[in-house]
Amino acid sequence: MAQYEFSDDSVVVIIGSGAGGGTLANELCQKGIKVVVLEAGPRHTIRDFVNNEWAAFSMLAWTDKRTASGNWRVAKDFPTLPAWICKTVGGTTVHWAGASLRIQEHEFRARSTYGDIPGTSLQDWPITLADLEPYYAKAEDKMGVTRTNDIPGLPGNNNFTVMYWGATRIGYTGVSTGRMAINSRVRAGRSSCWQMGFCFQGCKSGAKWSTLYTEIPAAEATGRLDLRPQSMVLQIQHDDTGKVNGVLYADATGTQHLQKARVVCVAGNSIETPRLLLNSHSARYPDGLANSSGEVGRNYMRHLTGSVFAIFDQPVHMYRGTTMAGIIMDEARYDPRRGFVGGYHFETISLGVPFLAAFLSPGAWGRDYTSLLEGYSNMAGMWIVGEDMPSATNRITLNPAEKDQWGLPIPDVHYDDHENDIAMRNHAFKQGDAVYQAVESTQTIEVPPYPSTHNLGTCRMSANSRDGVCNKFGQTHDIANLFISDGSQFTTGAAENPTLTIVTLAIRQSDYIADQMGKNQI
Amino acid sequence: MIKKGIYRRQLMQSGAIVGIAASSGAVLVTPGVAKAMNLTTLDPHEGETLLVMSRQIYPHPNLGDMYYAQVVTDLDQKAAADKNIAQQIKDGVAGLDSAMGIAWIALSSGNQIAVLTSIETTPFFQTVRGTAVVSLYNNPLVWRFFGYEGASFPYGGYIHRGFNDINWLPKPPDAASPAAG
Repeated sequence: MAQYEFSDDSVVVIIGSGAGGGTLANELCQKGIKVVVLEAGPRHTIRDFVNNEWAAFSMLAWTDKRTASGNWRVAKDFPTLPAWICKTVGGTTVHWAGASLRIQEHEFRARSTYGDIPGTSLQDWPITLADLEPYYAKAEDKMGVTRTNDIPGLPGNNNFTVMYWGATRIGYTGVSTGRMAINSRVRAGRSSCWQMGFCFQGCKSGAKWSTLYTEIPAAEATGRLDLRPQSMVLQIQHDDTGKVNGVLYADATGTQHLQKARVVCVAGNSIETPRLLLNSHSARYPDGLANSSGEVGRNYMRHLTGSVFAIFDQPVHMYRGTTMAGIIMDEARYDPRRGFVGGYHFETISLGVPFLAAFLSPGAWGRDYTSLLEGYSNMAGMWIVGEDMPSATNRITLNPAEKDQWGLPIPDVHYDDHENDIAMRNHAFKQGDAVYQAVESTQTIEVPPYPSTHNLGTCRMSANSRDGVCNKFGQTHDIANLFISDGSQFTTGAAENPTLTIVTLAIRQSDYIADQMGKNQI
Repeated sequence: MIKKGIYRRQLMQSGAIVGIAASSGAVLVTPGVAKAMNLTTLDPHEGETLLVMSRQIYPHPNLGDMYYAQVVTDLDQKAAADKNIAQQIKDGVAGLDSAMGIAWIALSSGNQIAVLTSIETTPFFQTVRGTAVVSLYNNPLVWRFFGYEGASFPYGGYIHRGFNDINWLPKPPDAASPAAG
């Protein structure tokens, strides 16, 4: 593994090691470029992972305090934990469920397709599906996505069987075990799935793709990656010409270092990425880096979510096997006759008893509630993943009242549900209810959103520099050698789980960065 | 959010859950449990009150007091570590006792629930509920009561242990759900 000098200003510094940062690091290293990755969390191995929900949460989750505001239910239920993402090498690819769907063609043209919807900041992406298709193909091969590259689908578990028959009986046809970055066969040096049921806790068989044990060791094998775990970035600095030239961070002991850089790529997930840009304000950039548009932190999206659980009079044991074991795709289409634009998917989900008790109806107590929990063995569940509407006022800001251990303002996550979101969630709850009633559920439970796992859009890409933070390659409009390399780039949320697209954009961005460095443009 | 169906009646008929009707009766503490909790910061009356309170918040008639005692032990530890929490709990228990002029623990179950409902937004209630939801449901002995099997890695996951053993629905077609490789 490489070790570069703090003064080495020829390196590319990547902040974050998840789907965006971890992938970008490997791609750049493969092209012969020197990379320093600064990751806030510690480095774990697969051996460290535990099949225990609270213990794994303590090990992996980003639990530094954040505040939440707005009318979304998460602000009430989880006021200091608005997002459920990771602080560890591999980022949230350690926790993710593996669903790997391409964004649909019309979703890249959200503003043109959906029209002018009051209260939204909808835009078309500055790229099309055709632009991304070759990179989607590379990402699917890299990640080993089932039902691509001749990789068979995964076998469905009990939770899927219930979903499949309920969905089929109400006329849905797009029901399968889906496209998952979980090996159904041994591939790329990784095991096939053991159906453990602990995808969210770190996959102990390594069947699920994570940058922790794919991209990062591959990058290290080039001899060009200097990975520094437990390195919390505090500020991105710039020179007199306005170009970024270094990154100030605190190591595990709290000692601060300034790592010089030729290029800086920010991939801290859609809360920390804008927070860092805002906290890096200077005399030249008083509103924060890359923020001449005022768009940094705005248009925060988190997917319309919610879950439907159902209880049956016979056993299901939903916790056995792949957590996200199957998908219903029928509602992902564009069809405003349903009373909303955008679409949504149902994907199976299960929780163990510890998390189900905490999340099934946050704050609920008493016998009615515990009676539901006692139906655990006979319970099935699925999650709603739908396109939420971007809004300029849904945003990450610096909380002026609270500072973290380094004296930097903590982020506030503000989100108000748009009426389109409310209409879509209502539709999804009714349809989910119908799915389970079709297989004779005795009771269905509509579960409000969990802390956000799909955080998107806070440094969005735009054709015009007035409308967003970065261009179609994730390069910030204002500063040529500063890049956004995570889901913050998303112009709109689409209805698909975002990881595949984040990886795809990172592969594409690596080509652009290498090209621009080769031409001495950056 | 919760739809009442015929679930409760069915469960009782099937015998899956016994004793639902008993939840309307008084909640009594098993003699000796308070002593066995070895409290350091909370007194025995506070301990017993918190035990019954935990039961009223997350009532499972078939779960013994020993599992709820774990909640009280955890609250006692939090109180030992943080004076403000200790004071909040002591004041909270005193508040419960003064609500109807009778020690809360001596109230009928219905009156106990009514008093809890009146304070459910207070920090004291949230401290007890927030501790109970973890202490009670993160206990592997409690998982067995729900039929949750906990860690599966030591047993090789469920690939050969029933991940797709559901027998009251047909197997989905191979195109939707291929066989394991």
